[in-house]
Formats: sequence, C-alpha cells, structure tokens
Amino acid sequence: MAKPAPQVHPVPMGAQPSLSFGRRLRRQYQLLLMSVPFVLIVVLFSYGPLWGWIMAFEKYKVAKGIWHSPFAGFDNFKLLFRDPQFFNALRNTVVMGVLNLVTGFFGAIALALMLNEVRSRFFKRTIQTITYIPHFVSWVVIANIFATLLSPDSGVVNALLMKLGIVNEPIYFLGKADLFWWIHTAANFWKELGWNTIIYLAVLSGLNPEHYEAAEVDGAKRLQKMRYVSIPGIMPTAILLLIMSVGWIIQSGYESQFLLGNPVVIDRSEVLDLYALKYSTSIGDYSYGVAVSMFKSLVSIAMVVAVNFIANRTTRNRLF
Amino acid sequence: MTHRRTWGDYAFLTTNYALLLMMGIVTLFPFLNLLAISLNDAQDTLKGTIYVWPRIFTLQNYDTIFANNNLAMAAVRSVVRTVLGAGLGVISTAMLAYVLSRKEFMFRKSFNIILIVTMYVNGGLIPFYLLVKNIHLINHGAVYILPTLIGVFNVIIMRSYFESLPDGIVESARIDGASDFQILFRIVILVSMPVMATVTLYVAVAHWNSWFDNYLYASRNPHLNLLQFELQKVLIGSVNQVFDQNTHIDGSDARRTNPETIRAAMTIIVTVPILFVYPFLQRYFVKGMTFAAMKE
Repeated sequence: MAKPAPQVHPVPMGAQPSLSFGRRLRRQYQLLLMSVPFVLIVVLFSYGPLWGWIMAFEKYKVAKGIWHSPFAGFDNFKLLFRDPQFFNALRNTVVMGVLNLVTGFFGAIALALMLNEVRSRFFKRTIQTITYIPHFVSWVVIANIFATLLSPDSGVVNALLMKLGIVNEPIYFLGKADLFWWIHTAANFWKELGWNTIIYLAVLSGLNPEHYEAAEVDGAKRLQKMRYVSIPGIMPTAILLLIMSVGWIIQSGYESQFLLGNPVVIDRSEVLDLYALKYSTSIGDYSYGVAVSMFKSLVSIAMVVAVNFIANRTTRNRLF
Repeated sequence: MTHRRTWGDYAFLTTNYALLLMMGIVTLFPFLNLLAISLNDAQDTLKGTIYVWPRIFTLQNYDTIFANNNLAMAAVRSVVRTVLGAGLGVISTAMLAYVLSRKEFMFRKSFNIILIVTMYVNGGLIPFYLLVKNIHLINHGAVYILPTLIGVFNVIIMRSYFESLPDGIVESARIDGASDFQILFRIVILVSMPVMATVTLYVAVAHWNSWFDNYLYASRNPHLNLLQFELQKVLIGSVNQVFDQNTHIDGSDARRTNPETIRAAMTIIVTVPILFVYPFLQRYFVKGMTFAAMKE
C-alpha cells in the first residue's frame, strides 16, 4: 500500500452516462468475465427446461427428437384430466402442502414466543442449537430416523405405546396409508421447526423495549405482555411469511414423500412430481410427464402472482 | 429486573422451561437412539427397548460398514463432492454477487431480473431431467456440480452484504490501481467472513445431503455413487444391494449384523460431519439468515 498513487483517473465509479456502449464494455470487461459465465449457467439450467414444455404438446419420440416428433395439441392434457391417479396425486400434493404450512406456521411462532421469554442465555442458546440440527440433515437421514423410531419390531414409539397400554400389539406405522399424511407432517414439522423460528426471534429481539416497559407499568403480566406486545410485534412478519408460503403450497417437494413412502401407502404418498417421474422414466411417456410438470409450474406461478398481488394490497409489502 | 415475581410468573416460567426442555429432548432423542442402536449388538437390538444407551456394546456394525469397499469409496466421493462443490460454488457465487453489487455495472438490472425470475419460475422435474439428458450430463460427474453451481438465494444474501460494506473500501483500492479480481479476492471476501461462512455452510450441507441427483442422473455409473444414495438403498430395504458380491461378509459376520443396525450406523456416519461443523458456524448463519430476511 506504500506505492505512490498510480495515474489511473480517480473517476467516481457511479454513473458514467457519457461513455459509449463499446467503451463501457471494455472498461467493465472484468466484471463481465466474473458474471456472464454464471448467468449463462443459470439461464441454461433454469430457463432451458422451459424449452422442454413444447413436448407437452407433442407425442414425443426419443428417436425423432423435439423438432420432428408429431404434434399432439392438447391430447396429453386431456389424458391427464381424465386420469383419476392424477387427481389423487394432486390431492396428496395440496393436502401435504397445507398441513406443512399450517403446522410450520403456528409451531414456529409458538416456539419463538416461548424462547423469547427465557432469561437464561445459556438455556436459550442450547435449545436453539438443538432444534436447528434436523434442518441440516438430509431427508434420507430423517426417513431413516423415522423408520427406526416407528419400527414395529424394536421401535421406541411402539415400545412406549405398549408399555402405556395404549395399544396391544405393535402398529406398522409406515405401512398404513391412513397414517402417511400425519407421519409426513410430523417429520416435516420436526425437521424445520427450530429453523423457522430464526426470523421470528430476530423480529422479537428488535421490538422496542419501551413497549414492554409501558405494558409493565400498566400492570401487565407475562402472558399479557406476550399477547399485547410480542404477538402484535411479529404479526406483520408472520402474515407476510404466511402469504408468501401460500404461493408455494403446490411445491411442497417430493424427496420426503419418496423416502418416507413405499408401495403399500402409494395412494397417499404419491405427489405430482413422483407421478410425472413414474410415467416418464418407467413407462417412457415423456410428453405426459412434461404435461404434469408444466401443469404444476403454471399453477405455482399463478399462485405466486396472485399472492403477490394480495400481499401488495393488504400489507403494502411486495415480494417482487 | 426489580419487579417482584408473582405466583403466576413462577407458574408461567416453570411451564415454559419444561415445554422447551421437552422440545429439546424430542429433537435430540432420535439421534441418541440411533447412536445407541448403532453401538449395540445386532441380535440383541431385535429385542427392542434400546433407548439412549447400548445394552451390549460393540463396534461390529461400524466395522462391517468400513470393511465394505463400496461404502468406503462412496464416503470418499461424498467428501470430494462436498469440498469441490462448496469451493467452486462459493467462489462463483461471490463473483456474481460482487458484480451485481457494483452500481456502475452496465447489465446490473437485467442480470438481477434474470436471476430473480428463476426463484419463482421453474420448468419442473421432467423437463429438467430431459435437459440434463440432452446435454449429456447423465452418469457424468459434472451433474453434481454444474446445475447447482449458482444458488440465486445465496447470491442475494451475499450481494446484500457486499452492498452494505462502506463504499470507501472498493473506491480506495481502485484508486490504488487494483483490478476487480484483486478487489474481490484480496479485500471484499476477507472483510465479509460472516456471509462467506454462512453461504459455505449452506452450499456444503446441500452437497453433502443430496442424493436425488445421484438416484436420477447417475445411478447407472457405480463410480459416482455417494454415501447418501447408499444409505437410501439401505432404507428401502435392499441391504443386499449395498453389500453385494464384491464384499465378503462371511457367515459369522452376517449373523452378527442386521439391516436395522447397519442402517443406524450408516445414518450416524452420514450425520456426524454436519454435527461437527455446524455449532462453530451457528452464530454466522443465524446472523446471515436474519440479515437476509430483514433486507427483503
């Protein structure tokens, strides 16, 4: 740093509208070098698949490729809307999405409010650290954990239920279709609960302490302070997050359902993506699979746009 | 706090602490239970009622796993993928984020829009699969790195952090004649350690945990199988598929182990590396998350 100041013009790097396009290109070649390759990768992998949507309107043949496959119009979609399995997968996707959303929303708020009342820093940190852990392990690990806990032979849950006399013989939890939604929801809740509290804890710690003091002067008890100060304090954030996640209900993923599910419970575990995957890879009907993917993406986009509009109107907060 | 605690306060506090303690136990117990099962004799485990302490302690289950060549290699590949993927990912993310944080950059707005849109619009699973197939990444190692090289959310977190740095840092370096590469790698990254740590953790964990790309795009090439994928095979009950002919479990070994204990031991092996790094990075990612959320 002891070098004498070089002769480079100390031009403020803000707006330089007077420069021509070519000169700006040359001046910013390093910035271009650092960004263009990565933007191209994003374009390839994020916009490239949209190209594949053409196939939904074709009777795609691998040998003929996307350009020479026969055109089929809306045939694939007609088939789709006539298949009861499709509606079954749609129902499963939406139900599990809603269950995840509702439990996650209330769970995170409740845990954040409870943690916020803890005065001991050590205790608070410990509980926080522990409850974040499941967020960082893979769904494969979570599925293994649940398979072990719920095992009919040696699982702890069955052992406990038997000891308490609630059941007489072990339940084969993961083999019961009726239970799948609830087990899936429990797994998801357990995995993300702690992680979802981070944002609420941040908001709570940012609340004006004077509000609490004022409430105290007015004789508010702990629960009243929670009710009249803490909860209204996090409400704007909570509502925004809720509205945001409503748009993603149909995108609740497929990994967890794939791993926790099995052929016995497939009626309740198959979601749209897995349904599309089945058709494409095992039956070889790619066009049909693409039609399913496309349907799902379009619904999702419509929901996000609608939700953004509502958020804009109600909370003056826009997502994009 | 000079204010006197009432009976109600104590009742509230006790309930609160008790519930939180229970929450902590419910989260931790499954991991401890698995650890205990993995350290317990396989035959004995079948009798059940192993909680957080092994009844008949043994390392046999871990021995069996580490003696299996398939699994050992899968573990090595997982480590290589994580290190390589996280390294390349973080550097790429930092470069893109730095450029987008420069107000004078000519394509700032258009690049931002291109990136943000991808957070809301995606083609879906099957079109993505076909893209990967068309560009010949099926059963190729690059399928693990390239598609996930840039995470838009991470770019936004980093960009926000870079934008919050004082302008003087970049300006004075520029006056000293530093190039953009020098400014990024010698200055900006070094003063942005919290956000670098956060994003590194996110990216590394995502690489370590991923198995679906292995399953879908690379399951036909045995040289690309990862630990999580092998674990997934054990989960769906095909232990024999993992312990195939090229491992020699002789009769005595086979009797001394069973799918459940192997599954538990493998789960622990896959989980432990994360448990090791994450407490050290916790304060960073909490800050990083909060920061990103508030900025939004």
